[in-house]
Amino acid sequence: MILERAFPLRKRISGGLLLLACASFFLIPSSMLPLPNTQELLSVPGEIGHAGGRLVVSLRAEPKTLNPLSAIDAPSREVIGAMQADLIHINRGTQLTEPALAKSCKVSSDGLQYTLVLRKGLRFSDGQPLDADDVLFTMRVYLDESVHATQRDLLIVGGKPITVRKVDSSTVIFQMVKPYGAGERMFDGLTILPRHLLEKTYLEGRLGQAGGLSTPANLWAGAGPYRLKEYEAGQKLVLERNPFYWKTDVKGNTLPYLDELVFLFVPSADAQVLRFQSGETDVISRLGAENFSALARQQRTYTMTDAGPGLEYNFLFFNLNDLAAKAAPEVTSKSKWFHEVKFRQAVSAVIDRDAIVRLIYQGRGTALWGPVTPGDRRWVDASIGRPPRSPDRARALLKEAGFSWRTDGNGATELLDSDGKMVEFSILTSSSNADRTKMAALIQEDLKELGMRVQVVPLEFRSLIDRVTQTKEYDACVLGLASFDADPNSDLNVWLSSGGTHLWDPSQAHPATPWEAEIDDLMEQQLDTPKFEQRKKLYDRVQEILAEYQPMIFLASPDILTGAKNSIGNFHPAVLEPYVLWNVEQLYVRSEQVSASR
Amino acid sequence: MDRRRVRRWFVALLVLHAVVGGAGFLAPYDPVKQDREHAYLPPMRVHFLGRGHLHLRPFFYAERLREGTFDEFEEDTEKAIPLRFFSTGEQYRLLGFLPSRRHLFGAEGARLYLLGSDGLGRDQLSRMLYGGQISLLAGLLGAGGTIFVAAMIGTVAGFYGGWRDTLLMRLAELFLALPWLYLLFALRAFLPLTVSPLRAFLLVVVVLAAVGWARPARLVRGVVLSVKERDFVRAARGFGAGDAYLVRRHILPETRSVLLTQAAILVPQFVLAEMTLSFIGLGIPEPVPSWGNLLAILQQYSVLVSYWWMYLPALAIVPFFVGYQGLANALHVDGVTVKIEGKRGGTHHDIGTRFSPAQTD
Repeated sequence: MILERAFPLRKRISGGLLLLACASFFLIPSSMLPLPNTQELLSVPGEIGHAGGRLVVSLRAEPKTLNPLSAIDAPSREVIGAMQADLIHINRGTQLTEPALAKSCKVSSDGLQYTLVLRKGLRFSDGQPLDADDVLFTMRVYLDESVHATQRDLLIVGGKPITVRKVDSSTVIFQMVKPYGAGERMFDGLTILPRHLLEKTYLEGRLGQAGGLSTPANLWAGAGPYRLKEYEAGQKLVLERNPFYWKTDVKGNTLPYLDELVFLFVPSADAQVLRFQSGETDVISRLGAENFSALARQQRTYTMTDAGPGLEYNFLFFNLNDLAAKAAPEVTSKSKWFHEVKFRQAVSAVIDRDAIVRLIYQGRGTALWGPVTPGDRRWVDASIGRPPRSPDRARALLKEAGFSWRTDGNGATELLDSDGKMVEFSILTSSSNADRTKMAALIQEDLKELGMRVQVVPLEFRSLIDRVTQTKEYDACVLGLASFDADPNSDLNVWLSSGGTHLWDPSQAHPATPWEAEIDDLMEQQLDTPKFEQRKKLYDRVQEILAEYQPMIFLASPDILTGAKNSIGNFHPAVLEPYVLWNVEQLYVRSEQVSASR
Repeated sequence: MDRRRVRRWFVALLVLHAVVGGAGFLAPYDPVKQDREHAYLPPMRVHFLGRGHLHLRPFFYAERLREGTFDEFEEDTEKAIPLRFFSTGEQYRLLGFLPSRRHLFGAEGARLYLLGSDGLGRDQLSRMLYGGQISLLAGLLGAGGTIFVAAMIGTVAGFYGGWRDTLLMRLAELFLALPWLYLLFALRAFLPLTVSPLRAFLLVVVVLAAVGWARPARLVRGVVLSVKERDFVRAARGFGAGDAYLVRRHILPETRSVLLTQAAILVPQFVLAEMTLSFIGLGIPEPVPSWGNLLAILQQYSVLVSYWWMYLPALAIVPFFVGYQGLANALHVDGVTVKIEGKRGGTHHDIGTRFSPAQTD
């Protein structure tokens, strides 16, 4: 489970491409030139498939809502991704932006004004036209505080909301007060809402609650490849092909290919594996390495794909909250060890990261010494050292910090701090995540070598998060975070000392240490630095500080492991969410299977 | 009365417990020691034949990962490692106090995994043996505590009767009505987050005893109720015997067979309860093994389909359960015989059949 889901308010600021004059991106393919029927369709490269068939996917839980304004959970986002469209989209395969509902985007020379031109002839899935008024309505809704849209934070640049102006029925201008480092990546995820369906609800003040799963199919629409067909509580959600979709393949066939997209609600990872293995579902993602190999061993009618390093980073962190005021002496002495940089560096030096990759990810992962995974190709700081495991260096560091050793009655070594107290603490892990619990068991054994007595405490995920962010009653914790975009801004909330996901000491009023202050500074600077090279330099420095002070001891990053039936065409899993459904409009069922299923 | 049968089952159980009790000696390795080069290693073969001729000393081949895989191993036939009996190895304390380094078998240069290894390269055989110590001890102590509490409460309720009886028996009914698994959840949730394995173990035992006493207490009360009306008890009272004397000399001895039968039924039940707790992560914490947390890994699909030797701890339980069931049956027959011999009238016989294991879960 990824922490992101537990933090509804995590800022969804995506961004990061340098502001190459973004028009240069949008080399307009020939098929985008006005077609006789006055529809400007987007032709996308890929295998030519054919229409028909259905795709069955399992979701870990029932989506909470179909409403992009209030969706925070992964299942909802996955479903909404197939039903809605945005003006500019991040291609999950290339990690670069692409034109979507907007066919072009021009940025003014001062970087403050974005002029977007919509495609001609766009329609929502109910056949109603989509034009500049819908964009204005959408922005108004997103920015309205009373709606509590999850996207609102991302539309506040330099402290002021972005303003939108309509030029004509297909042209809108976005105006901001400060240039924005993330550039047009911010448009990704800003799905355009149908004004004709939602305006009344909005004026009545009920928009936030709209879009429950039981909404009648004719009262809900989007500009995505699929539209709502039917919902069976606790069982499944069925989407059907949107006949008004605006993409075609290179031969001009309209997309999407599939007639139906079915989401089954399957609560546990192991149950999902069983469903996939028995052929009930067609694709699977979010697999653990052991399940992946178990499936790969028996593959006949399906193929398992390792999409490569993802953006999830797993780490161990210590409780660095300032608890002095209310804490018991036992807690303060622990807190003293954890605040000692050399202690944290020693822990980092003794952890066998290769064993984690080998034993937990079965080699399908990468050891980490910094927060940016190799999956985030453009932002990873290659200069961060990758020192091999060294218990000797760890002991030297502890010695420098005033720790000493003694041998107990059974011949085991014990580590003592400068006051003669035995170093003993516990590590929390999420009980539902077998990988992380195993990681903690490996760390426990590694730390035993230094004479530290460690206990692993698996806790239910919600109470774990509660302990880490609310009560702050814990010593250390193994957790993972997944950036949702390959850009530093997606982790803003983690690195800023005021951030709610600044896990080791969340939501600080003032940065507690000089290095945290420096990170704050760097992160804020990169926010409105337009040039990639400059932003990269700033973010590299952030990574170096983190690697030196080790507020999080980075461990490893798993590959994105997926599988699909051999009959599914155009299956190209990406390392960004949604891993397998990002090109759902292009997925198709190969011909013999279509005729067989009929 | 068939004391021979009781004795036979008892000896069988004694042997089984001695095997687990001697885990330190019988297990070749420390159960928490990780061998990161050999995770999920299948059970290794011990050879007697090598290079065409018979070896006097059994030996095994060291195993290494097949290239490009992470859980497939191959024998390195260049490296034959002789098995040594009564070898010295890691230090342990036999039965918890006798320090020793002597193991039944071992080898130099490589580890022998007779029953394979787990995901962290820990020896499955050693973990099963040590895990058995924890689970059985939890069962025995839990059952002992339960029987003690049940004997006290049952005797007080049966002997004194009146409001004490009403109060205690309504309490017992309350405990019987509680779904015990959820009660265990609740009890464990109140306990501190981080407990050392020893404390966790004691807590499990206390929790087990706390929920298990109600049924045996009711049975004891039944026996006490009937015994206290018997002529010899009345006679003793007539001669001026006090309550304490009566209970000690005449009443408690009569409950013996019920208590023994109950104990034989409760031990495996409590072993199972410990396993359930550990299986769902509320019992003995890792890395200390117990039968429950050894089986917990089977909750994962990949382990279920890929590593069959992870099921073995489930088999280890079978002989113990058969043994205790056999003992309970033998004791039960014994108990009923005693009752029928010593009593007149049908009611007592009814009490006897009510103790049958089938009706006490």
